[in-house]
Amino acid sequence: MERLLVIGNGMAGVACVEQILKHAPRFEITILGEETHVNYNRILLSSLLAGDKTEDEIVLNGLEWYQRHDIRLRLGVRAVAIDADRRTVTCADGCALPYDQLILATGSSASLPPLRGLSAPTRLPGRDGRYLRNAQYSTALRDGVFVFRTLEDSRALLGRARPGVRAAVIGGGLLGLEAARGLQARGCEVTVVHLPERLMERQLDLPGSRLLTAQMEALGIRVLLGRTTTAILGAVEVEGLAFADGATLAADLVVIAAGIRPNIELARNAGLECNRGVIVNDFLETSRPGIAAVGECVEHRGLCYGLVAPLLEQGKVLAAALAGSRGAGFAPVAPATKLKVMGVEVYSAGAWDETLRPELEAIRFEDASLGIYKKLVLDQGRLAGFILVGDTSESARYLSWFKAEKDFAGERRHLFFPPPEADAGAALAGMPASETVCGCRGVTKGEIIRAVHEQGVATLAQLQECTGAASGCGNCAGVCQRLLKMVIPEFEAAVRRQLCACVPFPEEELREILRGQRLRSVQEVLEIYGNGIGCEVCKPALAYMLDMIWCGGHDEDRSARFINDRVHANIQKDGTFSVVPRMRGGVTTPAELRRVADVAEKYQVRMVKVTGSQRLDLLGVSKADLPSIWAELGMASGQAYTKGVRMVKTCVGSEFCRFGVQDSTAAGIELERRLENLYAPHKVKMAAVGCPRNCAEATVKDIGLVGQEGSWQVVVGGAAGKRVRAADLLITVETTEAALDAATLFFQYYRERANYLERSYDFVERVGMEKIRQETVYAPEPQQQALRERLRRSKARARDAWLDRDLPPAASPFVQIQPLEEVVR
Amino acid sequence: MTSELDAWVCVTPQSNIPLREGRAIQLGGHEIAIFNLGDRVLAVANRCPHRGGPLSDGLLADGAVVCPLHAWKVTLASGSVERPAGREACVATYAARLENGLIYVALPRPRAA
Repeated sequence: MERLLVIGNGMAGVACVEQILKHAPRFEITILGEETHVNYNRILLSSLLAGDKTEDEIVLNGLEWYQRHDIRLRLGVRAVAIDADRRTVTCADGCALPYDQLILATGSSASLPPLRGLSAPTRLPGRDGRYLRNAQYSTALRDGVFVFRTLEDSRALLGRARPGVRAAVIGGGLLGLEAARGLQARGCEVTVVHLPERLMERQLDLPGSRLLTAQMEALGIRVLLGRTTTAILGAVEVEGLAFADGATLAADLVVIAAGIRPNIELARNAGLECNRGVIVNDFLETSRPGIAAVGECVEHRGLCYGLVAPLLEQGKVLAAALAGSRGAGFAPVAPATKLKVMGVEVYSAGAWDETLRPELEAIRFEDASLGIYKKLVLDQGRLAGFILVGDTSESARYLSWFKAEKDFAGERRHLFFPPPEADAGAALAGMPASETVCGCRGVTKGEIIRAVHEQGVATLAQLQECTGAASGCGNCAGVCQRLLKMVIPEFEAAVRRQLCACVPFPEEELREILRGQRLRSVQEVLEIYGNGIGCEVCKPALAYMLDMIWCGGHDEDRSARFINDRVHANIQKDGTFSVVPRMRGGVTTPAELRRVADVAEKYQVRMVKVTGSQRLDLLGVSKADLPSIWAELGMASGQAYTKGVRMVKTCVGSEFCRFGVQDSTAAGIELERRLENLYAPHKVKMAAVGCPRNCAEATVKDIGLVGQEGSWQVVVGGAAGKRVRAADLLITVETTEAALDAATLFFQYYRERANYLERSYDFVERVGMEKIRQETVYAPEPQQQALRERLRRSKARARDAWLDRDLPPAASPFVQIQPLEEVVR
Repeated sequence: MTSELDAWVCVTPQSNIPLREGRAIQLGGHEIAIFNLGDRVLAVANRCPHRGGPLSDGLLADGAVVCPLHAWKVTLASGSVERPAGREACVATYAARLENGLIYVALPRPRAA
């Protein structure tokens, strides 16, 4: 087998290897990565910074992928020299790797503008005043100055980004704006400093750029345009920026996002032909035989690419060429750019500047108060480029027109406002099977349809698992959903299903009906809106909804409840019950333990067990004994049997643990106290941990508080059950009170919006974290107050369920009925 | 179902079993689940044919009860298993009636010894 060596473990290099693996296995593959991580989605670093994604979520190829394909992966190793004659690569650790075929995928680095005070005081930047290369000088950047290219960079930034920190971002391009938004989401006071007179000047014209500036400012990000930064101020700590006009800006940290430069030293030193990037032909071959190059380090016909779609295309062409199929080759691609900043939609593609050539004509739509600007540029009837600001919902349509080189001479009236379609699915149906739906993973419409028919894919999650579609940046998830819906007739039913045949309405609608019609009992709902009878599916769901909507002020109908909720204990396989008293935060006392021991002995409890939730479980209790056991325990119900608040598991935290940085025990106990005795669409398990070591596993709980030095991360939607899912970050806050508040806002939002039996982790995936954040922690204050108020009202009515021990004996669920007549045998 | 050989036993006032709920009762060696459907009462053996779950603790769905352990659904009038489909298993049923607010259940009379 031939030895294939790939220098670079980034998106372009690994995507190319993925393509090579699709062809016949011909190579023994080694990948060298200078970073110490497996291949991750660099596009999503801004989402990581903003807290929308976690590190795990941006991994594209986990270690098992490399193992599965027998790829030798060497991480944290830098290639220092190529001997193109002997076909060997020397690494920084001294080893020499022979190859038969080499692929350079060395990527690019941040350009550093010539600023005074950029590097640590002991080491000076390039004396010639020209741009420095970050690859060699990144270690020389002074403390408080960051670039934003790698996972390491993001981690370093996250380590500093705190509420109140003043951050200056140099560069108002795509990366700079995304970094600015990420820092702002972390609570920093952010200013973007841009040299040109308009933001994203390479993608937007003046009106589009002005609108973008206004929208960034509306988010609370300051924008300074036309400013040449000359120095970073501060003798020891970073204190700010100085500009050429003499003005200064105070800042505690500086992010440099002023463009990228291809990493070409290795290639140049090996004698490969280079210009701005490593020069390649249409098949990605360099000037030396046996050496190809892909990705951001490449220059093809005078163009370097920094966006993901053309880089993946390069990988495909190269893989095919290595497999011996030299087709059309790589052709220059018109750029298409989407800004991923929450709340600001920008899309730009192709030749958007109509002033460049007289034959170009622009068609505009602008509504300043709606914040929408659209411009299409036509070149003799064909779409040559477009700009969308404020509303990018039509971007896929324009992009396909643009690629198809369709002639619009006859349809100019309908460019912005297409005639209503008789068949809503027509646009999708008209999409050719070869059209790429997911640009990140290169999945076509045809492949998605095959996955449905041949592999039984029926949900978006399965589609992601099976084809990788919608698992990159996620922008195509909507199209994927619509495709699934089109191909699988019952797909919609799965998303928006009726509660059950007895009350044939979707739950969302039912909640509105209950509220609007002021219905307070399950039987009432069934009689007016259902079959008057109900079943085991709809009755408990309606009972929950009524309790939630009327904040506990509904008419309780015990016959609509599952047995566990009638007797407040968990039924076991033999019809006995288990008893789990509340033990907030997993903290107990000697007196409680004594009472537990006494009760266990007195009632001959078959087993006393420590649960996975840091509580004690008394197993094998008969129904009739429950009331007296509760009374003698003198503890409240732990709700271990119900769809509701279970517990808050805690670690020892700063009170005892030598690593603890937050008092997780106190925070957890307080959280449990605030939410206990409440019911929810499904069980809600929580945890609070005092440091990121996460000993109480907060990141796989429905709600978790993760203590960090000086702040709490509030995470939601975690699971460690049938599914294992890392929780999503809701928000990072400074104080324990703020963390508790964020957790309770999410809890009430979940209570009100989730379908019955929908766990938090399915809920967050269905609704989307972005929307959840907008409607909870980032919601306008009145909306937050309303959530708090409804929770407060529910809480005011909520009571320890075990007080039911005092119910009158008639009709009591605990009393065994004695027949009035003796049966004589 | 009732025959000359059955003996009607007065069990308890209807008010002791809440509407649309069931209760278990020991009656001459039989453990019986009795359900209050308002205008009528129904009685079956209190053991699910699946794993012996206490049917008296189940939720009522029309004239059927759903076992609390694994959600088998048993039709109360006939004792046949409605879910999962295609099961031959059957629960013993007992005749039951309401009279003056009292629940009566018919027990098969034991054979004379």
